[in-house]
Amino acid sequence: MTKPILKVENLTTQFLTYAGIVQAVRGISFEIYPGEAIGLVGESGCGKSVTGLSIMRLIPDPPGKIVSGSVYLDRKNLLESSEKEMRNVRGNEISMIFQDPMTSLNPVFSIGYQIMETLLLHQEITKKQAKEKAIELLDMVHIKSPEEVINRYPHQLSGGMRQRVMAAIAISCDPKIIIADEPTTSLDVTIQAQILNLLNDLKTKLNSSIVLITHNLAVVAGLCSRVLVMYAGLIMEEGTDMQIYNKPMHPYTWGLMKAVPKINEEEKERLTTIPGLPPDLLSPPKGCPFALRCDYAMQICFQKKPPFFEPQKGHKIACWLMDSRAPRTKRSM
Amino acid sequence: MKKYIINRIFSMILVLVVVSSLTFFLAKAIPGGPFTKEKKVPDVILQRLEEKYHFDDPLWKQYAFYMGNLMKGDLGPSFRYDALTVNDIIRKGFPVSATIGFLAVLLSIILGLPAGIISAYRQNFWQDNTVMFFSLIGISVPSFILATVFMYFFGLKFKILPIAGWGGFRYMILPAITLAAYPTAYIARLTRSSMLDVLSQDYIKTARSKGISEFRVITMHALKNAILPVVTYMGPMIAAIFTGSFIIERLFFIPGLGKYYVTAIYDRDYTVILGTTIFYAFFLVTANFIVDILYAFLDPRITYEEKK
Ligand SMILES: Nc1ncnc2c1ncn2[C@@H]1O[C@H](COP(=O)(O)OP(=O)(O)O)[C@@H](O)[C@H]1O
Ligand code: SF4
Ligand SMILES: [Mg+2]
Repeated sequence: MTKPILKVENLTTQFLTYAGIVQAVRGISFEIYPGEAIGLVGESGCGKSVTGLSIMRLIPDPPGKIVSGSVYLDRKNLLESSEKEMRNVRGNEISMIFQDPMTSLNPVFSIGYQIMETLLLHQEITKKQAKEKAIELLDMVHIKSPEEVINRYPHQLSGGMRQRVMAAIAISCDPKIIIADEPTTSLDVTIQAQILNLLNDLKTKLNSSIVLITHNLAVVAGLCSRVLVMYAGLIMEEGTDMQIYNKPMHPYTWGLMKAVPKINEEEKERLTTIPGLPPDLLSPPKGCPFALRCDYAMQICFQKKPPFFEPQKGHKIACWLMDSRAPRTKRSM
Repeated sequence: MKKYIINRIFSMILVLVVVSSLTFFLAKAIPGGPFTKEKKVPDVILQRLEEKYHFDDPLWKQYAFYMGNLMKGDLGPSFRYDALTVNDIIRKGFPVSATIGFLAVLLSIILGLPAGIISAYRQNFWQDNTVMFFSLIGISVPSFILATVFMYFFGLKFKILPIAGWGGFRYMILPAITLAAYPTAYIARLTRSSMLDVLSQDYIKTARSKGISEFRVITMHALKNAILPVVTYMGPMIAAIFTGSFIIERLFFIPGLGKYYVTAIYDRDYTVILGTTIFYAFFLVTANFIVDILYAFLDPRITYEEKK
């Protein structure tokens, strides 16, 4: 098996607020392999963005702090790298696409400027070459008449166009990893599909690995070969797309599956949410964080955090139901 | 853009016509005003005023002459001093006022902007607290008190700067600092709040995620957005600085336009008061015009053109 390109171990990120310490990410570990796309899925507030920003070392400090863990990009531990080394990683080896394309581009700089800026920063090229490259990149993300668009400003483009520009910036330096944090969430349904197609297209064209962060399991389908399900700062279930879609084993994943937005006849989004609220990350429960909302919760669930069970290679589930002593239950789908 | 500039120039002219017409008719309406014959006016001047304003003609003719002269840039003779015209007085006083005004504007930008940026970047740290403390003083202490304090320390106690008068750069320092205090403090506060807002925007996160250095993130990506409200403030600020200079010029005995203006009011030198007022109006309208154009260059979202 190939070696992972990124190895996250025991990553713990907290925020020191007036109310106390928010334990946003509580010691998670995972790996990303070259060229693969993984999905990081979970309800809002479960620590997905914080995970992405921690890898980039872009957690605002104060109030945030990466308390422990390691993030190895090849052989380099990013958590021990200098700020200067990190600047060379950002936009160059790891790049990011954010949720809201309407606010993610700087309104006072032209599209061309914002693409060329990254190129000129990380590559030894002239302005003229950077401009040519910028036009090429816009073409790659399927923007029509790119020679014209580079002179435009963000407010002159639609949301979908802007997200394409963000994608162009993200791929500009041929990064090893692209972290896309809810790249479609704030877009119209049809545009969402287009952007997902674009990511799929880029995945086959480039060598980059993709981390797709989303609260919607359906968004991950078809693009990601592996899925991490996150809850309350922890990974609950991890597996290949087949394992997660065909044989999900964690009650929380079952809940997420049911919560996938469906478009009904009236073309309106229907959302069944999992009843109850995620735990307060100021003082997360000592047992399974999902216990209070779980239909299958047993006594042990409230007392002890479940370890990872791996019934099948690569399929890990943090749930006491997997223990041989637990009563047999039918999965509720 | 071209169309916008032409439109703006026309509206500027309109504003000036309205201002000067208003001053003309208001002056006419005041009993014992400048255009009615007064016994105290010396014959020579009366004769010159007569020539200029045709007091015996009907009102509309007087108005036409008055506006005609204005159009030529001729603000008329002084009402009090037979050898002087209003143009002479402005020519003498304005360069002096403009020098101090320019220094004060420069000072307030050079000090206020960086202070505001640092303050926002180090929000709630000692740097921020220091800037906020001094800007509170700059905003709340009236300029005549500041002037007195500066005069006492730098002029009397340490004897390093002249207290009053005019004659070279050394004489400009205290008045310029006094005049700059309020706008500096205001710009610092404005920059701070605008910068705080901008720093929390998504595009700053994007800039950082591209690997851009923190210095460049602040001075390019953040500042170019944060400076917009500051630029908007510049028009009225220049106005405040030039009207504020009346007090400063009196206090420091500076022969600027403000001094002549106040003297003209004491002397009831109506033509000088009217002329200077129109000159100020012209100056303000132009300052605002330049600021608006500058704004359009900084913010691409403002196109000043009809939608196609
Ligand atoms: N700057 C911050 N200050 C305080 N708490 C934060 C901050 N950023 C994130 N958090 C907290 O961290 C937790 C995880 O947030 P996030 O990773 O953004 O969730 P999501 O999975 O929706 O992306 C949330 O409880 C959130 O309140
Ligand atoms: S560990 Fe217990 S509470 Fe947690 S998901 Fe499994 S069954 Fe439910
Ligand atoms: Mg998020």
